[in-house]
Amino acid sequence: MSVAPYERVKLARDNSRPTGLDYIKNIFQGFIEFHGDRCYADDHAIVGGIAKLNGQPVTVIAIEKGHTAKERTYRNFGAPNPEGYRKALRLMKQADKFGRPIICFIDTSGAYCGIGAEERGQGQAIAENLMEMSTLCVPVISILIGEGGSGGALALAVADRVWMLQNSVYSVISPEGCASILWKDAAQAETAAASLKLTAEDAKSLGVIERILSEKDMGKKEFYERIRTLLTEELQELSDDVDLISKRYDRFRRIGEGAAKEQV
Amino acid sequence: MAFINFIKPKNKLEEGGRTAAPVQQDAGEPEKKCPNCRKDIPLSRLWANNLVCSCGYHFRMKARQRIQMIVEKDSFQELYADVKAGNPLNFPGYQEKAETVRQISGEEEAVICGTAQIGKEKCCLFVMESYFMMGSMGSAVGEKITRLFEHATKHRLPVIGFTVSGGARMQEGLLSLMQMAKTSAAVKRHSDAGLLYIAVLTDPTTGGVTASFAMEADIILAEPGATVGFAGARVIEQTTRKPLPAGFQTSEFVLDHGFIDRIVIRSEQKKMLAELLEMHRGGNA
Repeated sequence: MSVAPYERVKLARDNSRPTGLDYIKNIFQGFIEFHGDRCYADDHAIVGGIAKLNGQPVTVIAIEKGHTAKERTYRNFGAPNPEGYRKALRLMKQADKFGRPIICFIDTSGAYCGIGAEERGQGQAIAENLMEMSTLCVPVISILIGEGGSGGALALAVADRVWMLQNSVYSVISPEGCASILWKDAAQAETAAASLKLTAEDAKSLGVIERILSEKDMGKKEFYERIRTLLTEELQELSDDVDLISKRYDRFRRIGEGAAKEQV
Repeated sequence: MAFINFIKPKNKLEEGGRTAAPVQQDAGEPEKKCPNCRKDIPLSRLWANNLVCSCGYHFRMKARQRIQMIVEKDSFQELYADVKAGNPLNFPGYQEKAETVRQISGEEEAVICGTAQIGKEKCCLFVMESYFMMGSMGSAVGEKITRLFEHATKHRLPVIGFTVSGGARMQEGLLSLMQMAKTSAAVKRHSDAGLLYIAVLTDPTTGGVTASFAMEADIILAEPGATVGFAGARVIEQTTRKPLPAGFQTSEFVLDHGFIDRIVIRSEQKKMLAELLEMHRGGNA
């Protein structure tokens, strides 16, 4: 609890944390990966496919950063291109068609800032995910496991439940970027990190997430078992809900409603 | 991580500073230099021509002037004028900055919403304001745009939106990020009701606004030469260490890459919008 916000940012970025694929391998059984966006390419920064959660078929999508230098290069350091978001949406619509719940694991510094990414419509790809996810008929749970970098993270987080690992962060901009724009000084990142309210506790008190997941025994069997149990229970509850889409709408609808004041 | 754009304000007013006045000549009429053709244009001629230079360069325009240019006389009825941002995160300096910008710009927030008539058709209209913190989207902007789409869905009206934005308003942190999801869901409901939404992208349309309602319209128009993109050009250069192609992230560039429908010059926008509205009269109901 007493860890300073900028220390949290460093913890969230730590290479030794479990990555998306670690969660997929350890929580689910029989993962079958599906590739490609059917338009342009297969983005290695986003992994997706189907698997079983305690016997129930689910669609699983994860932003993957990789562990070794070679893996990290291959995964573009977890910075997706538009085709990654389009692959994710394709798999989500497939899940919708076959009535499978969707579980997303998010870990990115942000959508990739590249020339090709702009040429292929990074903004449009994210926008389409936000729009389409809002009316998926199946339950969606998104878990931030490391960095939750702005629109590139949100594009997989228009969910019924959003959870964060205790030391993950979720922010509209990196503290360094914020400091450099506002104070022309990236060294002010610590101040920016504290001001941006990007920790899991902040996100929960702002009503942006529902649950903070403990990092006790992180990477061990017990850790993944705990998450598996929580996911199973939550999906049970969401699957019985006939009002899923309108509740998802309201979940986002109320955020910032109070912050936008009306003059008397 | 370039979610917020690095676009430099073109003058002090946009920055929230105090010097808005154009360069005054010693004698005669005040003039403004066109950054494209480098000629000095008398202000009166520029204003008469809706801030377009004879070379075709489109200067930025204040939201209220734009509304006047687009809608039928006296038909605009403003909605949600009293919704404005607080300082929900107690972000250092935000309150003061917002108050200064309010005083200088005369606007409460970075978007103006309402109903209007264009040609013979009634519609909902939102126009973002570059002179208010470069049209950044915070809770109030998200709330106003969401309410407008909900109003349009309820009353079965089309929506026309002029976008201009440097991206999300970072002083509102996660709350501003969530406005992207909130507005997108409202656009989706409006769309699923069979109703028309036309976006007109103006300079600059970037960041979280590009990655939400700017790119979600049925028909996407843009002004010539506007910056349209997601990440900031400087950040892309720093990330890739490659020179950017000529005309990168302009209206013409995104048209070439298939992301917008048409580029429409300012003097033809009203006619074009009126025609499009007329051809979609009553939605699909």
